Amino acid sequence: MLTSLLARTSGTLVCLGLLLVATVSSLVFGHIPVSLDMLAASLMDYDPGSLEHLVVRTERFSRTVTALIVGAGLATAGALMQTLTRNPLASPGILGINAGAMFFVVVGATLFSLTSPSELVWAAFTGAATAAFLVYFLGQQAGRGVSPVRTVLAGVAVTALFVSFAQGLLILNQDRFESILFWLAGSVSGRELEAILPLLPLFCLALLIALLLSRQLNLLGLDDDVIRGLGLRVGQVRLLIGLVVIVLAGTSVAIAGLIGFVGLIVPHIARGIFGTDHRWLLPLSAILGATLLLAADTVARLVIPPQEIPVGVMTALLGAPLFLHLARHVRAVS
Amino acid sequence: MSRSLVLRSPNDRWSVKLNVRVLLVTLALAVLLAISSVLALASGSHPTSFMDVLGTLANPAQSELALIILEIRLPRVIMAILVGGALGSAGLILQGLVRNPLASPDVIGITSGASAAAVLFLWLGGVTGTSLLLAPVAMGGAFTVALCITALAWQQGISPARLVLVGVGLAAALTAVTTLLLVLSPDSTAMNAYIWLTGSLYASQWHDVTALAPWLVVCWPLALIKLRHLDAQSMGEDMALGLGSALQGHRLLFLVLAVALAGSAVAYAGAVGFIGLIAPHMARRLVTSGHTGLLPIASLIGALILLYADWIGRVAFIPRDLPAGIFVAGIGAPFFVYLLYRLRRDLG
Repeated sequence: MLTSLLARTSGTLVCLGLLLVATVSSLVFGHIPVSLDMLAASLMDYDPGSLEHLVVRTERFSRTVTALIVGAGLATAGALMQTLTRNPLASPGILGINAGAMFFVVVGATLFSLTSPSELVWAAFTGAATAAFLVYFLGQQAGRGVSPVRTVLAGVAVTALFVSFAQGLLILNQDRFESILFWLAGSVSGRELEAILPLLPLFCLALLIALLLSRQLNLLGLDDDVIRGLGLRVGQVRLLIGLVVIVLAGTSVAIAGLIGFVGLIVPHIARGIFGTDHRWLLPLSAILGATLLLAADTVARLVIPPQEIPVGVMTALLGAPLFLHLARHVRAVS
Repeated sequence: MSRSLVLRSPNDRWSVKLNVRVLLVTLALAVLLAISSVLALASGSHPTSFMDVLGTLANPAQSELALIILEIRLPRVIMAILVGGALGSAGLILQGLVRNPLASPDVIGITSGASAAAVLFLWLGGVTGTSLLLAPVAMGGAFTVALCITALAWQQGISPARLVLVGVGLAAALTAVTTLLLVLSPDSTAMNAYIWLTGSLYASQWHDVTALAPWLVVCWPLALIKLRHLDAQSMGEDMALGLGSALQGHRLLFLVLAVALAGSAVAYAGAVGFIGLIAPHMARRLVTSGHTGLLPIASLIGALILLYADWIGRVAFIPRDLPAGIFVAGIGAPFFVYLLYRLRRDLG
């Protein structure tokens, strides 16, 4: 673990370097490879006649931006949830928040014909909040507070509920099969940049609030009585963080559907390198989350060309082993 | 205490204590199930009356409706009862084993194992959902996953908490594999697989019934005899050991029973969710009893839920025949909210 300021700063620079490499790779690699010169030219001096320029400008660029936003959002939401619930297994995917958002998005898209992410995002917020509410109350045990295993089970049960509803809608609405499968499988491709931009102000505001709450988050790991003694308004801070999580996870799902495990594994990696201080943990989770999702998406394009593996599948295959490792070592509180 | 009947063998070697309320509720549910089955047999795209059905059942040789009722509707109704009953009992066993009211075969990965195996099979062969090999393949998937869960969760015995978490993790990985295969398949195969994943009793045949029934005939009575050990475990590990229960041995046995019941049911009916979650809770609302008394009630409730869900899917949207799983989820959701309400009230 890096402890000194110098080591942490250089660690951050290395992570930013990785993010840059991942971003460029995401723009360059794919079914039609683009050289670095061509990439620079397409960004500086756009020529609509060139196939490579067209690919970079119309498809890869928006795809890369999507992966950046979604990866950063999910990873930060995961780090916040792990602190909030004091549960190493917490993440928007495991605790059902993503599934709730996904189901409401699917309902909005199929029954109310909403199409643009800026409309769907409100459906996603509602769904994420509903799921969070359900899981929070189901995870509580009379008199004994919140148990990790119980919360995880509540999250999985809520996920099962929403996913089976979405599958039901899918079978009732066979003409929208492709579109619903997109939400269920999770993908960062095929999103117009113009459609994503309106979501950014609220998303960035949520990230900013999370960063400003770093000091309070550092205290949340302590015992509730100690925190109150230190003069922190626990209830208000928790509620605010809950809202931030809902905005971050809801936006990510409204853009890209169900992408699991980014929110689970990235905070663990970031904590392993930079420790538990949220002033470092939160920005580094965001950077590493974006890097991971970009890398996963780039690899997903290259494994079985010309087809692509849904990026949600890639992250699940990466994340499930880590979850199993954590699950085997979690203290059995129940 | 509620009233109970005690039956003893002449030499006092064997005795059974029967709770009167459990008996009455079981009887009432069985009668309800019988009436519902006949009603389900009577309805469909070809209208038949209640009396026609009874006449055909009593005297099949002389009825022109024998084909419709005995070959098409009856196997389907019986499958709904068997599958629902198996899922209800598997859910009860798992919730007792894990000591958590939210455990169920679909939550801890047994259903996902069966699903992944089935979708892999459909993808490789491109065959239709009615292929004879699909069910054994799905059951193999369920058992393989259960074996992996046990192996990964084993640290000097099975701890229920680890069992659940490992199951959840494996379920997530398997769901990812299933999604991957669906995306890679052509649309027609994917749709077929999706209907299987939601759970459907469409086109159930007599050979499905005869293949599924032996699993229940073996597992269900065994569960009924052994479930008293789960009552001992629910008082805590130390208490169970003190009462002379072979803790780890019984945990393993209950896990195998739950997998066999849920795996065989899912193999023949597809990944019907929620019955394993909600049927045991409904049973607990009806009677206060140990697991032995709850087993028949949870099974009957599971059977009723699936029978009605399949009936609605078959009749309500004629000519379309919708998968029963959709309607099970429809019943599951309100109950989930109710469960939430109960947990909140307990907190207050």
